[in-house]
Amino acid sequence: MSVLLFTIIVLAGAFLAGLVGSLTGLGGGVIIIPLLTLGLGVDIHYAIGASIISVIATSSGSAAAYVKEGITNIRIGMFLEIATTVSAIIGAVVTVFIDPGYIAVIFGLILLFSAAMMVRKKIDRSDNDTSGKLALFLKLNGTYPTEDGVKKYAVHNVLGGFLMMFIAGIISGLLGIGSGALKVIAMDNIMRIPFKVSTTTSNFMMGVTAAASAIVYLHRGQIDPGIAMPVTIGVLVGATIGSKILVRTKTDKLKVVFAVVVTFLALQMIYNGLAGRL
Amino acid sequence: MIKDSKNFFADKDVQVILGTLLRVGVISSMSVVFVGGLIYLFSNYLGIVDYEKFNPGKSGLSSINAIFSGLKRVDGSAIIQFGTLLLIFTPILRVVFSVFSFLIERDYLYVLIGLFVLCVILFSLSNKLAG
Repeated sequence: MSVLLFTIIVLAGAFLAGLVGSLTGLGGGVIIIPLLTLGLGVDIHYAIGASIISVIATSSGSAAAYVKEGITNIRIGMFLEIATTVSAIIGAVVTVFIDPGYIAVIFGLILLFSAAMMVRKKIDRSDNDTSGKLALFLKLNGTYPTEDGVKKYAVHNVLGGFLMMFIAGIISGLLGIGSGALKVIAMDNIMRIPFKVSTTTSNFMMGVTAAASAIVYLHRGQIDPGIAMPVTIGVLVGATIGSKILVRTKTDKLKVVFAVVVTFLALQMIYNGLAGRL
Repeated sequence: MIKDSKNFFADKDVQVILGTLLRVGVISSMSVVFVGGLIYLFSNYLGIVDYEKFNPGKSGLSSINAIFSGLKRVDGSAIIQFGTLLLIFTPILRVVFSVFSFLIERDYLYVLIGLFVLCVILFSLSNKLAG
C-alpha cells in the first residue's frame, strides 16, 4: 500500500474514531487499534503507540473545555495520578514482552467490558455523608455547580478507588488505551463521586497517564510518525466536531449501535489473537 | 463556609488558566504535526508502507535528541514527531502548573503529590525503561 493511500485511510478512520468517541464517551483507541491491526495489517505494537497519542489528544482537547466549567476536582485527579502514572509505566514496560496474540485477547475483553459499561444504566451514588479520614486528610471532598446552586459531595473508599486506578493504569499502559470504563468503576462505584465530576476528572487524568506511557513507547520506537500524523489530526478534528454535535443530540441510540460495533470488533480481536494472526 | 467559597473561586481561576494551557498545547502540536505531515507526504507519497512487523529502529526518531537533529534537516517525519512530543508534554506541563498553583495556595501536601507524579514522569523520560 502506498504512503498516500495509507495516510488517507487512517485519517478517515481516526476522524470517525474521534467523532464517535466523543459522542459516546468511549476513547478513540477502541476503533484505532482494530482498524490498524485487523484492517491494515499493522503490527499491534505500532497500533498501541498510535492509540496512546489519540488518547492524549482527545483528553487534552476535551479537558480544556471541561475545566473551564469548573467541575474537575484537581485534587482527586492529582492524588489518583500517583497510582495511574506508576502503573501505566509498568504496563508500557511489560507490553513488549507479551505475545501480540495475548495482547489482542486482553484488548478484546476490555472492549467487551467497555461496551457493556456504555449501555448500562448509570446510577449516581454520590452523597454528602461523612466520608473516611483519608478523604478528609487529602481534602478530596468538593463542590460542583448545579441548577439549584453549588452542591457538596463526599468521597468514599479512597483506598479502594486508588487500587482500582492502579489496575486501570496497567491496562492503559499495556494496551495504549485510556481505560475509561475502569476509571468510571473506580470513581462512580467505589469512590461514589458525582457523574459531572467523575467524567471530567477521569478525562483530565487520562492525559497525564497516557503521557507517562507514551514516553516509554516513544523511546522504544513504537510511535511512528507515518501513523501518528493521520491519527493525531483525524482524532482531534473528529472529537472537536463531535463535542459540538453532542450539545444538541441524544446519543442513547447511537450508544447501542456503537456497543454492537465494538462487541463485533472485540470478538474479531479475540478470535484473531487466539488464532495467532496478529 | 467563607473559607469554602474562597477556595472554590481560587480553584476556578486556576482551572481557567489550565484550560487555556491545554488548548494552546493541543492547537500548537496539531499545527506542527500538520506542517510536518505535508512535508512528509510531499517527499514520500509514493513510498510503500511497511508496518507489518514491529521494528524498534525503523523511524530512527525514538529519542528527543534524534528528533531535534531531524528538525534541523527540516525532515517531515522529525517535525511530526516533534508535534507528537508537544502533545505528550501538554498534560505534563499541566502537572507542573498545578504544583505551582498548590504552592501559591500553600497546600504543601499537594505540592508533594504533584512533585511525585513529575518524578515518575521524569524517570520515564530518563530512557532506562524502554528495554
